[in-house]
Amino acid sequence: MSSDISYKTVSFKGGVHPAKDGKSLSGDRPIKTAPLLEKYQVIVHQNIGAPPKLLVAVGDKVKKGQLLAEADGFVSVPLHAPTSGEVSAICDIPGPMGVPVQAVEIKSDGEDTWTELLSPLDWRNAEPQELKDRIHDAGIVGMGGAAFPAHVKLSPPPDKKIDYLILNGAECEPYLTADHRLMLEEPDKVLEGAAILGRSLGVSNVFVGIETNKEDAIAVLLKKASAYNVGIVGLKVQYPQGAEKQLIYAVTKRKVPAGGLPMDVGCVVQNVGTAAAVTDAVKAGIPLIERVTTVTGEPVKEPANWRFRLGTPIIKAIELAGGVASEPGKAILGGPMMGFAQKSFDVTIMKNTSGILLLDAKDVFQYESNPCIRCGKCINACAMNLSPGPLGAMIESEKFDLAARAGVMDCIECGSCAYICPARIPLVQHFRRAKAEIRRMTQNQKK
Amino acid sequence: MSEEVKNEPQLPSGNELILSSSPHIHDRENIQSIMVKVLLALMPAIFMGMWLFGADAIRVILLCSIFCVGAEILWCLMAGKPTSTVKDCSALVTGILLALNLSANVPWWLCLIGAILAIWLGKQIFGGLGHNPFNPALVARVGLLIGFPKLMTSWVPTIFMGQNTQSYSKAFFSDSIWMNVLEGKLDGITCATPLGLAGEAEKIISGAGAPQLFSGITTSEAYLNYFWGNVGGCIGEISAVALLLGGVILVWFKLIKWQIPLCYIGTVAVLSWCINLFFPGVTPPALFHLLTGGLLLGAIFMATDMVTSPMTGLGAVIFGIGCGLITCVIRIWGNYPEGVSFSILFMNALVPLIDRVATKKPFGYIKRTTEKGATA
Repeated sequence: MSSDISYKTVSFKGGVHPAKDGKSLSGDRPIKTAPLLEKYQVIVHQNIGAPPKLLVAVGDKVKKGQLLAEADGFVSVPLHAPTSGEVSAICDIPGPMGVPVQAVEIKSDGEDTWTELLSPLDWRNAEPQELKDRIHDAGIVGMGGAAFPAHVKLSPPPDKKIDYLILNGAECEPYLTADHRLMLEEPDKVLEGAAILGRSLGVSNVFVGIETNKEDAIAVLLKKASAYNVGIVGLKVQYPQGAEKQLIYAVTKRKVPAGGLPMDVGCVVQNVGTAAAVTDAVKAGIPLIERVTTVTGEPVKEPANWRFRLGTPIIKAIELAGGVASEPGKAILGGPMMGFAQKSFDVTIMKNTSGILLLDAKDVFQYESNPCIRCGKCINACAMNLSPGPLGAMIESEKFDLAARAGVMDCIECGSCAYICPARIPLVQHFRRAKAEIRRMTQNQKK
Repeated sequence: MSEEVKNEPQLPSGNELILSSSPHIHDRENIQSIMVKVLLALMPAIFMGMWLFGADAIRVILLCSIFCVGAEILWCLMAGKPTSTVKDCSALVTGILLALNLSANVPWWLCLIGAILAIWLGKQIFGGLGHNPFNPALVARVGLLIGFPKLMTSWVPTIFMGQNTQSYSKAFFSDSIWMNVLEGKLDGITCATPLGLAGEAEKIISGAGAPQLFSGITTSEAYLNYFWGNVGGCIGEISAVALLLGGVILVWFKLIKWQIPLCYIGTVAVLSWCINLFFPGVTPPALFHLLTGGLLLGAIFMATDMVTSPMTGLGAVIFGIGCGLITCVIRIWGNYPEGVSFSILFMNALVPLIDRVATKKPFGYIKRTTEKGATA
């Protein structure tokens, strides 16, 4: 089928194009596998939804890939051990959001012996439910950043007919190159994962959307795509091309209704890294215990893409990348547009850590915000067609009801408005505050 | 961590890292850089004014700039606000725009009053940059026009008109009927603007019924003078070519919404063309309206002021058309020969309303309303 689909380049409307995309720092560095560490601190709650229930206690011996925690409810996924060894502690460590989180500390025994893996599946003949169960059992979540359990997206209610599966290979965040390298180096894994996901959904329209700044990856995938019945769609280099609703619009011209989900327009979106993990889980029975992460930024001596196990402290990741050549002023998990600033290098790598980004001390400022000069750049940049400037003003004067009516809950927090604002108004920060306030208000009303 | 290598840069302790909400990178453009680019776009008009009016124009531009910046500093000191707002260059832009809206022969104290009107009444009283509903330079221009109508409407000739403006104007507008018009209007040191002459002509026409009166001010030679700026008028409004060049710079740097000047000028062109077509005695042809008076200065530099114009493209279209309509009405039927300032100020007042109707619909918004309707 996909041989009928000619390759074309599409886009959403709005967005920004950051002048310095930083991708050249690590874009040509092949993925390296990180050596075995002495200990890993695996954060227990790595998925959106309910935290999994711990199955291990201090002193337990575990093997690589063994269950550390089991899913607790439908919107939850199990967690597996990154290596073999002993559970040396169950403690709180600094979390990526600034609050301490529970983690299982595993002291490696150096053997790295696998536990008994799940049996490989012949996915072309397997039942969709069988595939979904396997994806769940392997602990797979959205690896692009949201960490939403993958099997939940694959299980739409029966009244929602899904006819599109879109793999997100846009990687529109500046600096990040993990997905790029993965598509380039393991195209079969990505495409096969796409096909498996398509089968589990019963969907024949399977597309991989890739920003056209990754020409080499597009060329490689185009060559192999027809073997897996997958279409390749070029995406204009424009941030936030990889945001779910924007990606769906670019590929299908369908608009996810405000407050709705992709399945409302018959679409499911998964990250290319997720697809690769699905292939491993289905074909080899390997659970999700490692991922490709970009360690980058101007201060990093050897920016590169690494395959890290879950629970690797970012300080180790930075050391593997040669340490720093200049003093960083900011450490970010994820990309520069939507990532989270960290105050500790003891945070460990999770299933959704797409990048570890250090920014030079001279490049980071705490801006003093100026009054809005109504230039309208934010309105043109907003991928959701909101009016960020006026919205920000409403929130500054704490008119949350007005902000709610003006659509602040639709904000995807992509950061385009705050990036472009010449007055340096912290718009995204305002919107996050308003969203939290509005959620609290509606909860109080329910009570 | 790596204490053995002291010279090597090290990772700071976590407490030294900056914590802030995303995004962590930022476009380089800031308010100051925008204002500097606007100043750059104003340069052609400034140089043309300086060239055509000589030292007088330089004096007015310098005075207005200094007075406006001074007024801003003084207000900030009085209000106990930091004077660092001067650095954003917005007061300087206002000063230059004010100067471009004045005749080259105005006394120094008129510049001072204008600067105080612009910065204090036009801007700071509303809370400073970003909060003013009206274009500060236009507030000053209209304030001065009402307070000092004689000074604000006496124009000096350009250097190419020679010493004797009367004879120049007569040679320029050689039509014999013009003699009568000019005799009473010119006093040897001032010179009329084309729009002023057209207004005078209208009065005569309505009495004598002679539409050919306009022919004297619409010769191809006259149009060439309008285009290059060899006419009487404000320092900045006379040279169409300099203003258009500035407009190109503004659009190139994406500092203005191109819809505003396009719709503004387009509306004036269409409307005056229609009226001239059907009632040739009422007003001169469209090209005359486009090249003379403050239309280009207003449409390109004044109406497009970010703070006082709509934020969306659709809003800019509405705003531009509104400005054009009011300008035409005042020029053609009003008592003042020029209506650009009034039209922009009037439309400034409507901007909050325009912004309300011209807000973009959020992505996926239509379906949300139907959904809500279904659940309600």
